[in-house]
Amino acid sequence: MISVGLTFFDWLVIALYFAFVIGLGAYLKRFTKSQEDFFLAGRKNSSWVAGLAFLSANLGALELLGMTGNTFKYGMFVAHFYWVGAIPAMLFLGIYMMPFYYSSRIHSVPGYLKLRFDERTRVLNGIAFAVMTLLVSGINLYAMALVLHTFLGWNWDASMWISAATVGVYVSMSGLLSAIFTEIIQFFLIWFGLFLVSLFGIIEFGGMDEVLARIPESFSTLWSTSADPADNGMVITWAGIVLGLGWVLSFGYWTTDFLVVQRAFSARDLRAARMAPVIASFFKMAVPFLVIMSGLVALALASDPDSGFALLSDDGQVNYDSALPLLILRYYPSGLVGLGVTALLAGFMAGQAGNVSAFNTVWTYDIYKALLRKDATDDHLLWMGRMTTVVGIILSVGTAYWAKSFPSIMDYMQAIFSWVNAPLFATMLLGMFVWWITSSGAFWGLVIGMMTSFFLFLAVKFHWIDPTMLTLSDHTSDMAANFWRAWWAWLVCLLVTIGISLFTEKKRKDDLVGLVKGLTPEDHDAGVPWTRRPAFYAAISVVVFVLLNILFW
Amino acid sequence: MKPIWYFVGLLLLSIGTVITVSGVVELLDPPPRSTILAHLHPSIWWGALMILSGVVFLLVNRRKRVG
Repeated sequence: MISVGLTFFDWLVIALYFAFVIGLGAYLKRFTKSQEDFFLAGRKNSSWVAGLAFLSANLGALELLGMTGNTFKYGMFVAHFYWVGAIPAMLFLGIYMMPFYYSSRIHSVPGYLKLRFDERTRVLNGIAFAVMTLLVSGINLYAMALVLHTFLGWNWDASMWISAATVGVYVSMSGLLSAIFTEIIQFFLIWFGLFLVSLFGIIEFGGMDEVLARIPESFSTLWSTSADPADNGMVITWAGIVLGLGWVLSFGYWTTDFLVVQRAFSARDLRAARMAPVIASFFKMAVPFLVIMSGLVALALASDPDSGFALLSDDGQVNYDSALPLLILRYYPSGLVGLGVTALLAGFMAGQAGNVSAFNTVWTYDIYKALLRKDATDDHLLWMGRMTTVVGIILSVGTAYWAKSFPSIMDYMQAIFSWVNAPLFATMLLGMFVWWITSSGAFWGLVIGMMTSFFLFLAVKFHWIDPTMLTLSDHTSDMAANFWRAWWAWLVCLLVTIGISLFTEKKRKDDLVGLVKGLTPEDHDAGVPWTRRPAFYAAISVVVFVLLNILFW
Repeated sequence: MKPIWYFVGLLLLSIGTVITVSGVVELLDPPPRSTILAHLHPSIWWGALMILSGVVFLLVNRRKRVG
């Protein structure tokens, strides 16, 4: 543990942020009168507000710390999470999937499963999602307390309870509206708070080329060393990146995870909802400047014995997550340290607020109203949303304490993501694009897909099978095994869903209008000039995406 | 309801002011332990940039209402 003394100015910046988000929650409460306001922010956000919130819901501090640390560990291959592992899926959501989500006026992703298939598929996904969000929220809280304790010497319990209570206060007052407002504030704080880390790293070395020159080639390329897993830091082939990350994990997360998709649902009309992920894609492509560049700077510094820079160790294990905080302490003077800490705090708290607001929506609509109180009034659902927020916060704190006593919890988190999202993507893809997929096929495909993912995780963890069987390669890493496990779970769900659908009763085509492509009139761009169409901006995004991949090939 | 951009402006202006003042204080009374590249006085110019951004957001959105 290292302890950094904060100055008066650092404390003032942190205090300003806390006062600001509480005040914002109180201000927004007067505009939160109905359940539509609370759960979907009144469906009146512009494409920019929905788009930045869409991106920020994913840009938590856990991601910033983890990805900077992962870059130190795996090299530039981590940029795949931001480019091939995000951009195609975000654009696919905006252009092809959003019309079905948004036009069906659902409150949640499980709500679509109810309309397209049946109640049991909705409840299955609703419960899995609720458990996942609570776990992620708790891990987020745990990670925040750990960082504050390790670097600032703050009391573990106090920092966790104070930030959890703050999130609980402003989310219970105005629901998704305040979650979205604080996410956008977090977006600006993260850019202003962390931009200088990469910039100063580049200045210290005298240019980006100088940083890259100090790093092994296997850590400084994107695709050129992906033919043989032994040649790159992540120990994976291009096939694992494309199939596991670029296809299943990326599309599973960006197109079906309600935490991010809920932000687009809050848009004021279909065009704004479709533009939200397209706008977000441009900013997503820029995030590597913050995290990948910082990770590479840390790697270059660590390879120079005269730099005085070394990552922390916990019981002999290198703490990769310490890279970003150590760079902040290296470069930031008084005041800016407060801004850097506030950026991380905002990321943690907005991440928790995002999880809790998604949890209260899925609980209220997809579990409580679906199973327990079908005739609930608008006022009752609003009350339930506020109560669920408080309960969700308390359960998150409980999960955080559980995580504290469980050293390998991050491994299990990876399993939970591929358990919920990877098979669900197969179900959604088939449900939206193939009319003859049946309710029984979807339900059992999802069950068996989730079980497959869970079994493969246990099988690798407890050495029942060799991980090279999953990755189809002699060389492998934990990350490669994660990617390939997601691929196999998705494939099993896809094949089982198709197989059972061939022999079970299909819905009438008339019942699927508005829910399935091919049966639904798609005239949403009729009369709109091509320069205002989401597809036009998506095409520009694709061009930038391709250029970036070529540039760092 | 005021747009979110108004509040973004308010926060950037507030925090930018604190950071700029801290930079000026450090310039007048340097701390015993300085950071790498401290001679660039990042708090002053980065704080000023935040103030400028905050003012722009506030001015553009001061009369706007949404919802």
